[in-house]
Formats: sequence, structure tokens, C-alpha cells
Amino acid sequence: MAITSIKNLKEFSTNNDRFEGAHTLCPGCAHSMIVRELMNCTDDNLVISANTGCLEVSTAVYPYTSWDTSWIHIGFENAATAVTASQVMHQVRKRKGTLKDNDAPVKFVAFGGDGSTFDIGFQWLSGAMERGHDFTYICLDNENYANTGGQRSSATPIGATTSTAQAGTHSYGKKEKKKDIVSIMAAHGAPYVAQLAPNKWKSMAKGFQKALETEGPCFINTVSACCTEWRFDPKDTIHITDLATDTLMFPVYEILDGHELNILYRPKNVMPVEEYLSAQGRYKHLFKPENKHVIELIQSDIDKYWNMLQRREEARV
Amino acid sequence: MAVKFDLNEREVWDGNYAASQALRQADVDVVVAYPITPSTPIVENYGSYVANGYIDGEFVMVESEHAAMSGCIGASASGGRVSTATSSQGFALMAEVLYQASGMRLPIVLNVVNRALASPLNVRGDHADMYLGRDSGWLQAGAFNAQEAYDLALCAFKIAEDPAVRLPMMIHQDGFITSHTAQNVYPLTDEAAINFVGKIQPIDDMLDFSRPVTYGAQTEEDWHFEHKAKQHKAIMDSKPVIDAVFAEFKELTGREYNRVESYDMEDADVVIMGLGTTVETARVAAKNMREKGIKAGVVAMRCFRPFPYEEVREALKNCKAIAVTDRSSPGGAMGAFFNEVTAAMYTSNNRPMMTNFIYGLGGRDFSIAEAERIYSEQVDNIEAGHITTNIQQFSGLRGPKLGFFKTERS
Repeated sequence: MAITSIKNLKEFSTNNDRFEGAHTLCPGCAHSMIVRELMNCTDDNLVISANTGCLEVSTAVYPYTSWDTSWIHIGFENAATAVTASQVMHQVRKRKGTLKDNDAPVKFVAFGGDGSTFDIGFQWLSGAMERGHDFTYICLDNENYANTGGQRSSATPIGATTSTAQAGTHSYGKKEKKKDIVSIMAAHGAPYVAQLAPNKWKSMAKGFQKALETEGPCFINTVSACCTEWRFDPKDTIHITDLATDTLMFPVYEILDGHELNILYRPKNVMPVEEYLSAQGRYKHLFKPENKHVIELIQSDIDKYWNMLQRREEARV
Repeated sequence: MAVKFDLNEREVWDGNYAASQALRQADVDVVVAYPITPSTPIVENYGSYVANGYIDGEFVMVESEHAAMSGCIGASASGGRVSTATSSQGFALMAEVLYQASGMRLPIVLNVVNRALASPLNVRGDHADMYLGRDSGWLQAGAFNAQEAYDLALCAFKIAEDPAVRLPMMIHQDGFITSHTAQNVYPLTDEAAINFVGKIQPIDDMLDFSRPVTYGAQTEEDWHFEHKAKQHKAIMDSKPVIDAVFAEFKELTGREYNRVESYDMEDADVVIMGLGTTVETARVAAKNMREKGIKAGVVAMRCFRPFPYEEVREALKNCKAIAVTDRSSPGGAMGAFFNEVTAAMYTSNNRPMMTNFIYGLGGRDFSIAEAERIYSEQVDNIEAGHITTNIQQFSGLRGPKLGFFKTERS
């Protein structure tokens, strides 16, 4: 039974369990919260695909599976292609009347980590968005290749240390800024694009429902705090995510039809980014005096981006 | 319902058009494709059949060949009939996902119009792409002309989708020589074709939600080996199904196919073994040699995977000297086809002399005169009682002769 009117978190989180508890994700990993929210959002049948990554390797290790629905993983890059081709086959078979249950509604969802979404699967994602299939792509953005020991991706923020962009005596970590995937997806003209966070579970659930109900290609970037590679205590996942949304490191917003922007969470008290950075081991080195300028740069980028989002929202263009 | 497509009893089709008509007649549900010379017209034609209502299916043009095969996997796991086409660089880009299609046991039919692999860039036919797929876990069969490209594409669906097989299958034809040369083709009627191919029976259907399936699970050292062994066994065990489908096709059309095709082999001493259009050249040369009193024959591989070791051994059991031709750059070894045939013959009672000819790379013409020269060299070897040349030679190459590796026998 899916939640149609969302009342409380407990009821919501225990509903409609098509994602089984048995998986090998790290304790404290936000991936499973996000996946469960998605699967609890709808009663419709689901075809789910996943790129190679933490979610995939932790939920379908033969002879076990965590997925009590149709699920496919091919490679690191092609979940969007797999699920959209399934959707095309669904159209044909529905037309021909060869489905087991020809009238049952089906939703098609692809999951990818930030590595597969921002980097190696970018072309496959862009192609699927351009073709306009009726599907939803959800990026579980933990800002690094966490499955393989924490290498940098183009989603890794400037200043974070990773195994392939290390902070050291001559380096403050990653030198490049994070790729703005949300804007890129909006620029595809997708009818629904959003950035959502699991601590704001109501807006996340509503965003997921909106994406599933919207005809056409929808994209959602979700912040998925990674205790292993961000280096914080597993019990603090939601606390860290609160800091992410309250410092506006991860603004929560949606873009309709490629242009109409709505901010979905406006912190009452915006916190300085140091609060977020200092809570994670991956940013520890930024608090050395010689790296102070990086924190200032991050804060300034956050301020500029938030300002831009607000102006776009006001402008209603 | 699809619009009726008028067909004559005899059509003039090139190999690409012939293959695309097979896709139409097999009522392929979804084609996911990316264009590449020389295979492009196969998928273009399918697209035009969809656009004009000649087939009730969907044509999805994606952004790369990797995505094309990825889409074929997603569509095939969703229970319908799926096919596509590619060549050369596109095939190479697909390579990762070819293994995943076969590992998931999805009966996708891939029409491969063989073309050389760069570098240097070349659009003409050789078998480099076909060889690249030889360990990918797909069934592979070769057409030597347009009629066969049509016939084998129809047979491929029936073989691949057979519940005892459930493996993807490639049908190969030579770039340009077959794909772009118009020839007489005798098609089946639409009714006869679909009756022969039959309807696909979905197995582990992602769109059957009463029985959820997980595709593409992970296995490490505990189970991976068993999965791959089972897959290999399924490929090896597909032989009787292939034979049965070919037999049924002969019943329907009178056209006979065998996993190994033998020509003038009843009493042959010297043999050329070939793949693709080379076979027809070799057959003409063999006839010319016979006029000169040389007992020459040709053995052609219809089915490259599973490799028909027993049938090859049987076909060559009385031969004395065998030239195995490889149309692919061997990259520091004997040709792959030579290695397979030699493996078969090493365990035969008759241990003939085996030589390897690398020829025709990048579309270089393989002439009747060159085939005759190869036969004559085999005769010389028989007379000398041992291989008189390098075991591997390059045939039809400019400049000085190139060859490697000599026999120890004398």
C-alpha cells in the first residue's frame, strides 16, 4: 500500500517493502533510505535498473537478491538505456496484448551513483533523456567512487580528499568544482528535474511521486551521505545530511520543463559551510591555515548559487 | 496489424536488404541500433518498415553501439523479440555488452556485416570484428551470399529462442561483397516465414510482475565459474538444435544448410578452408584445379560458434594437405580459424599437413588465381611429404613474401 497522503515517517518507511532489508550496504549508508522511499511512493509495478556501483553490488549477490520487483543491472554506464528499452518493449507488448497483465500500470526507474551518472554513464543518460522515454533516473550522489575505495568523480566537490585526488603537503585535495548535473539535465528539456535529500523525506517522497507521475524523462539527484568515504560516524547520516541542506551545500529544489524553478527547502537559519565540512574527515585538511582560502571559495560558491536559485525562482522564467 | 508487404517469388536484394526483410518477417518487436557502414541499411530498413506500418514494432536509434546492445539487453529481458545490426568499430564498442547479453542468456539476433578494425581506418570487409566476438558466448554463423543472409537470419531467431538454447546469435555476412551486392533472393511468404520462426516464448520476463526476476547479479569465485561453465555447455549443446532448425528449413524451402559445408570433398587431397565470400572463390578455383587433374575441395564454416570439431574432422578425414584461410590480422599468432581446425585435426587418425594463409585484410581482393596458387602449393607439400613453406603465409600482400614458423617434419 503506497502512501498517498503522507502522515508520519514510521508508517511511510514500513510500507510496501519491495526492497528487502537483506543487503550488504554499509551501516549508515543513505542509499537504502532513498531506494526505499522511491519504492514506497507507488503501488505500480516497477522495473528497476542499476548501474554498477554500491547499490548494485550490495543488493544482488547471487544467489540472493534484495529486489522483490523486476531488476536489471548490465554495466557501469547503461542503466538508463536498459530501463528505457524495457519501457519501449512494454509499449510494443501492451499494443500487441502479449503482456502477462496487459492493464497493470508500470513505472520504469534507473538508479546510478554519481560516478556512473556524472562520468562514465553520462552519454547513456543524456541519450535516454534526449529520446524522451517515460522513465525516472535517480542519481545516488555520494560524491565519489565509494564502491571501489573512494576515488574522485566529477561530482566530488573542490577541496575533498579522495584516493585519486589526495590532500597532502602540496595539495588541498580535489582542485576542480563539482559538475552541475541538475542544470545539465534541465537543459535537456526534461519535464521534471530535482535535487532532493533524504532528511527532507516529505519533499523527497513528493518529488519522487511527481517524477513517476510525469510523462517523459525525469531526473533526480539525491544527496546520499557516505559515512565510509566522507568519514563520519554511521549514526550521523541524517545529521550530516541536515548540515548539507542547512548550509545549502545541497540546496533542495526542482526545475519544471527545463526552466521553472522552485526551491523546496529554505533553511530558517542558514549555517556556515564550516559546520558541514568540519563534521567530515574528508575535509579535515581544509582547516589548516594554508587551506583557509578553499573554505572561503566553497562558501562563496554556495552563496552565489543560492542567490542564483532564488532569483530564478522569483523570476518565474 | 501490419500493412501487407508485397513480395515477388524472386527478388533482387543485397545482403543488407535481405537481412532486414528477415527482421520484418520475424515480426521483431524492438530494434535498438546505431548506424555504421556497411551494416546501416539493415536497421534503416527496419525503421522504414515501422514508419510505413509494415511492422508493428519500435525502432530506437540510440547514441552509440554500446547503448544499442545495452538497449537490446533491456528489451530482450522484457520478453519480446529483439534484433540489431553492426560492423567493425561499432562491434568493438559493443564488446563489453556482448558478454553481458550472452551471460544473461538473452536470445538477441545480431546481424554483423563484417568489416576491418582500425587502425588504419578501413570500411571494407574482413573478419576482424567476427573474430573479436568469438569468445563472447554468442552463437556465430556465416552467410556467403544475400540469400543465405536472409535464410540464416530467419533461422537465427528460431535457434536462439529455443528454450534448450536461449543464447544470442550473430549472423555474419561480408561487408560490401555480400551486403551491397544485389543478387537473386527467393524469400518465403510472410505467413510461411512467421510460421517457421514462431512466436517468442518469454522466459524470465521482466514484465511479468507475478514472478519478479533479478538480471545481472554478481557472482565471485564461489559461483562465477559454474555460471560460465553452464553457458559454455549450452553453446556446445546447441548443435542438435541448429541441425534440427536447418533440417526444418530445408523441408520448407529445399535450401540445405550444414554447420560445416563441404564441396567436392568426396576424394579431395588438397583443401582450402574458408569463411564468408571466400568460399565461392575457392569453389571456382577447386573446379579449375580438378580440370588439371588435381583433387581439390573446399570446406566452409557455416557455424563458427559452437565450433564443429567433429564435423570438421569428418569432412577432412581423407585429405592430405589443408590450407586454412584467416581474414583477420592474427596479432602475433597463427590465425584463430587455423588454430581451431588444427586442434580438430591433431586428434584425428589422419594427421594432414596444415598451413595458414592470412589474406584479404581491409577488403583486399582474394582472386581465383591466388586460390589456385594455394592449391598448387598444397600439391607441392604432398609431393615433398612435408610442408615446404612457412606454416603461416600472407597471401596477396604487396612487397616481399611474408611468412612465419616452419615444420619440424622432413
